[in-house]
Amino acid sequence: MTTTHTYDALVVGAGGAGMRAAIELSDRVRTAVISKLYPTRSHTGAAQGGVCAALGNTEEDHPEWHAFDTIKGGDYLVDQPAAMLMTEEAIESIYQLERWGLPFNRTPDGRIDQRRFGGHTANHGERPVRRACYAADRTGHMILQTLYQQCVKRNVRFFNEFYCLDLLRGDDGTTAGIVAYELATGELHVFRAKSVVFATGGYGRMFRVTSNAHALTGDGPAVVWRRGIPLEDMEMFQFHPTGLARLGVLLSEAARGEGGIVLNKDGERFMERYAPTIKDLAPRDMVSRAIYQEIKEGRGAGPNGDWAYLDISHLDPKVIEEKLPDITEFARIYLKVEPTKEPVPIQPTAHYAMGGIPTDTDGRVVVGPDEEVVAGLYAAGECACVSVHGANRLGTNSLLDLVVFGRRAGDHAAAHAKEAALPPLPDKPEQHTLEMLNGVLERTTGDNAADIRKELQDSMFDLAFVVRSEGSLGKMDSILDGLRERYARVAITDKGSIYNTDLMETIELGYLLDCAHTLVASALARTESRGGHYREDHPLRDDANWLKHSLAHRNDDGSIRLDYKPVKMGPYIPMERKY
Amino acid sequence: MATAAEVLNASDDRRIGPKPGAMPLTVRVRRFNPEVSQDSWWDEWTVTVDPLDRLVGGLPAIKWHHDGTLSFRRSCAHGICGSDAMLINGRNQLACKVLAEDVGPKVTIEPIRGLPVLKDLIVDMDPFMDDVKAMLPYLINDSGEPDKERRQSPEQRHRYDDTTKCILCACCTTSCPVFWGDGGYVGPAAIVNAHRFIFDSRDEAGRERMKILSEKTGVFRCRTTFNCTDACPRGIEVTKAIQEVKRAILFERF
Repeated sequence: MTTTHTYDALVVGAGGAGMRAAIELSDRVRTAVISKLYPTRSHTGAAQGGVCAALGNTEEDHPEWHAFDTIKGGDYLVDQPAAMLMTEEAIESIYQLERWGLPFNRTPDGRIDQRRFGGHTANHGERPVRRACYAADRTGHMILQTLYQQCVKRNVRFFNEFYCLDLLRGDDGTTAGIVAYELATGELHVFRAKSVVFATGGYGRMFRVTSNAHALTGDGPAVVWRRGIPLEDMEMFQFHPTGLARLGVLLSEAARGEGGIVLNKDGERFMERYAPTIKDLAPRDMVSRAIYQEIKEGRGAGPNGDWAYLDISHLDPKVIEEKLPDITEFARIYLKVEPTKEPVPIQPTAHYAMGGIPTDTDGRVVVGPDEEVVAGLYAAGECACVSVHGANRLGTNSLLDLVVFGRRAGDHAAAHAKEAALPPLPDKPEQHTLEMLNGVLERTTGDNAADIRKELQDSMFDLAFVVRSEGSLGKMDSILDGLRERYARVAITDKGSIYNTDLMETIELGYLLDCAHTLVASALARTESRGGHYREDHPLRDDANWLKHSLAHRNDDGSIRLDYKPVKMGPYIPMERKY
Repeated sequence: MATAAEVLNASDDRRIGPKPGAMPLTVRVRRFNPEVSQDSWWDEWTVTVDPLDRLVGGLPAIKWHHDGTLSFRRSCAHGICGSDAMLINGRNQLACKVLAEDVGPKVTIEPIRGLPVLKDLIVDMDPFMDDVKAMLPYLINDSGEPDKERRQSPEQRHRYDDTTKCILCACCTTSCPVFWGDGGYVGPAAIVNAHRFIFDSRDEAGRERMKILSEKTGVFRCRTTFNCTDACPRGIEVTKAIQEVKRAILFERF
């Protein structure tokens, strides 16, 4: 049984970007939000440290300084006009969140308090600046709650635990809607609409050690990729230096913003050697690489010598309790370590996808080197690549990205839906999805999805993580060939219709394999090191050949074709990235 | 106080952080699947886990290698998304905040109580969310918007800090005997979410919310058993928040 629904606009994903877009849309056109999770379960809620805007509440600051830091932090792969737009609009976006009730921490005179964060500096790298607006160490939780509250106020229509499995496009490529699988019943739903905004988040679950939720399996990027949309800069993945050892659960950069330091097994504050000016507040890619270097040179901690330590024990206990309560609890619960007294074992953890679905600054999906607009199709948040994060995202800029570009995508999608006619559906719109599901459900024997997933996660962690090379990526590429073959034979034991999470996890694995495929292919081709993409066989940045965005297209046989588009430059000339 | 380097040098024989290990964990789960039977039943598996593994890691081990039909919700796996509230050894907890060594060698897991069970450990969350939505859970202020932020002192901000931590996991509400016994009671989580706005100096609809909560489905149903406070995985003093709302209502004389 397939049910067909008709709306003006759809939002796929109910995290920060999706709900911000939905708020913008629902006041103006008939809107539905399709989400595989309940809205408040999304991973925006796990963001801890803050959201940056040059409010200048505690010291002098300017959007232009923020833009410079974003561009330099992104190792100049950032589209400069987009970064300048984001840092300008940051200010009103934060005030808007406050007026919607977000409980920011306050200065003594009642304004939004601000703190330091990695890579955010005054006057083009002179000194760290207090730019991150925060609500204790649960800023993302408060953003997610505040946006959900505004959706409740507006009576936004949510389809919770509906899993989007296909993008419907007309013969001329126009967006016609999506197909979703209702988890509670196993039924398919066709949603027709004029505008569709994808806001499905990242795909960190392809790595063994990750800060990402189980739900983050690259659904949106993979769904549109299978429908002919290339994926941009997939090789640019951020490995956050301070994940809890073994687990990858994030310990916020706010810990370092408040004065925490990173140590090797001898207790040495090694960032003094790698970034003499801002030390532990260097951007994440640099700190992660420094940890790897320490490990490589035999100064790693832990039973296998592959950890480092985050030390906050010298901070005022009152600061720890008021500003870092959650991360302190994580260390106590999961590692049985007391952060007020002893250093916390950490290791780099797969954290954030800078790459994704290519968009312009209105959230419109754009295809190819000429950036041809796909009518009616939008993306925002982590699943999108605007690109404001380039090769390495600065801390706090993800929350900013989703409020700024969630709003802009929603705004443009609403305008489009008001003007456009409802495109006709393709014939048998649910056919493709039905075949995909039945293929898995009808197979009685075959490969175990969990085994394939484990091999994917283990090998991506070993071969395509903080340090990469032609050898490691080539090996990963052939492992992926084998995993895709095995995936084509995958079988599951749950054949039921009600909450078949066995089926859902298996579909998620297919999406992860696609995202990993594009990541590895793009990384193998990029023979330079830039931001989060570090090639030990090509350790330097190569602007002459690689100051350009990768685009991974899907050929009909499932193989990948790469092409490139130029970075949009602006006032900042690429220079060596030193801190 | 010892510096980090001193702590590290003193800790050679007591290496800081987790040490790899293995233990058997017997997991007993109350199952339900209306496609199989209208009655619930019990299943039991024994798996080998690391003592520091989260229970939400043990359940997938069963699902992936023993019984793919075992169903439960989970997402962030570190206590912030609120997906995996379960009745674990008789207590409402998030499965991702319970370690194997804390509950082993045997653990009994059931769905949270008072909401309709849909399959295994998955319950219908809609009635719970509807109770929260009835509290007008959003900032209401019609006095015009400033150009920048509304001012709020650190003390005013601190006043409602505790109840902003709520992740809507339903551990509190589904541990409340009054909620189990009477579907009409809005339950602790709804009151927590009302409290968060009633005590926010920027909000102007406190009286409206207190009126809703002074009705017969509201705060005065609470019998102060403190189950909710014990159950909250975020450490919110839920019972205290409910008492504060009760007092505010009495003081305002509805």
